[in-house]
Amino acid sequence: MSPAAICLTTILGIVAIGTAIGFLAGVHRKMDLEQWTVGGRGFGVVLIFLLMAGEVYTTFAFLGASGWAYSRGGPTLYVLAYLTLGYVVSFFILPQIWEVGRKLGMQTQSDFFALRYGNRYLAAFVCIVGIASFVPYLQLQLTGVGIIVSVASFDGIGRTPAMTIAVVLLVAFVFASGVRAVAWVSVVKDALMVIAALSIGIGIPLIHFGGIGAMFAALAHARPAHLTMPGATPNLGHAWYVSTVLLTSLGFYMWPHAFAASFTAKSGDTLRRNAVVMPLYTLTLAFIFFAGFASVLVLPGMSNGDLALLTVVRRSFPPWFLGIIGGAGALTAMVPASIFILTAATLFAKNLYRPLFAPRMSDDQVAKLARATVVMLGLISLMLAIFSSTTLVSLLLTGYAGVTQFFPGVVLGLYWKRVTTVAVFAGLLAGVASAVFLMLSHRDPLFGVSAGFLALCLNFLIVAAVSLLTPARSRDNRGLPHPWELQHA
Amino acid sequence: MKRPSLAALLLALIPFTAMCFSVSLWDRIDPMLLGLPFNLFWLICWIVLSCVCMWGAYRAEAARHRQDGPPA
Repeated sequence: MSPAAICLTTILGIVAIGTAIGFLAGVHRKMDLEQWTVGGRGFGVVLIFLLMAGEVYTTFAFLGASGWAYSRGGPTLYVLAYLTLGYVVSFFILPQIWEVGRKLGMQTQSDFFALRYGNRYLAAFVCIVGIASFVPYLQLQLTGVGIIVSVASFDGIGRTPAMTIAVVLLVAFVFASGVRAVAWVSVVKDALMVIAALSIGIGIPLIHFGGIGAMFAALAHARPAHLTMPGATPNLGHAWYVSTVLLTSLGFYMWPHAFAASFTAKSGDTLRRNAVVMPLYTLTLAFIFFAGFASVLVLPGMSNGDLALLTVVRRSFPPWFLGIIGGAGALTAMVPASIFILTAATLFAKNLYRPLFAPRMSDDQVAKLARATVVMLGLISLMLAIFSSTTLVSLLLTGYAGVTQFFPGVVLGLYWKRVTTVAVFAGLLAGVASAVFLMLSHRDPLFGVSAGFLALCLNFLIVAAVSLLTPARSRDNRGLPHPWELQHA
Repeated sequence: MKRPSLAALLLALIPFTAMCFSVSLWDRIDPMLLGLPFNLFWLICWIVLSCVCMWGAYRAEAARHRQDGPPA
């Protein structure tokens, strides 16, 4: 067998095993909407850990973070900080979201906005922003799979056929088994990812430099500026670091799928305990950084940093091992991508289409429409991934600039009685509009500060100011009391 | 909604200060510790120390929730 054949067979084997586990997880359960989206609200600490680790550690962590360590240097360290601090923030919001979610039967993030603020247009807008923010994130995953397969085939298979295969598998997988499948495939995915990260993070510096310490010593000697901020970039300094870490750690659980994952928990305490242990998983990423930094000296001059990790693995290890790393990488893209598609489809069917166009649809019909939407979304993201080329980190930060705008509405909605619907709507519109404007006009970062963060500040200011200027309402327009009041009932 | 305790909030502020706001104090290469540039070493340490802080916050919150009767 040629090296490319060995490598691709290994990848395919790993993806097949992962997919089989996903199908088996869904076999013996009746899949109503509640089971499909929130797994019957019965996940304990272990399943929640797996589900969240499954969603959070995407191919961004694998290829994007190492790609930036290679091409940008120091600024990439923001990833270690934001992942850890995202869990710190989650400690104070997820148990509360879970509590109102259980009381009022919420399944999605948009349900939260609909029930807290009693305005279906606000809820629909939240859906649209959520779905739109998923697009770059999904595109990131598919681009990742494309990179993996083309490097693993020793450039024999193009990225387009590779991404097409990934989408077909992905859609079949989500179609069959819903959220429970994702938690179980995560077992395979996370085990492989930890093994892959440790072996390349330790192995690559060892093979080329004799150890991690020797590698950093060589890099500090040859390219000292690369290891600190702003690294190889002109404008990603400390102001960018602080603003980006705040933007992404506050926005971490504002992703509709991460937000909705809290509804699968058995109790609020489960989520609190989870927030304590999850940061440890971030240590895996440190090893991926070691491999990324090592490739700066091993493979100088690559134009696309996102290819650095796999190319250095291909140069350092036998083909079967590249296959294992590639398989881990492929699952690391597909598991989160399937949950993004699942979430976006549920949002579209349940929170956008039904309330606005077909109020009499039954839950079963919504579940059917959601499944049809899965296919549509798979195709749309495939088209985008084929026709665009941006670095993986830029795609992620674009999505964050969108979803973090939900933060004021969520946090003030939980903790501040005075906040009003008009204020949240106005803040969200202003935040999203300014983020989109700054990014499309290439003003990110603006004066060295992340554009998404500036938009978030504007959003917060508007919510606070308008809330204080508009009269508070205690009941929404359908006569439902606010979750807040249920708490004290 | 019940607000978190001051103790838990202060404990949560520690990792934010250490990993985010104080960046200009630790973003340098030297001294290299355990073979790592100082900024990378600092962040890796704080991943672990953040867990310790949040464990403290968990103890503070769990005690409060027990006082209210069965855990939510």
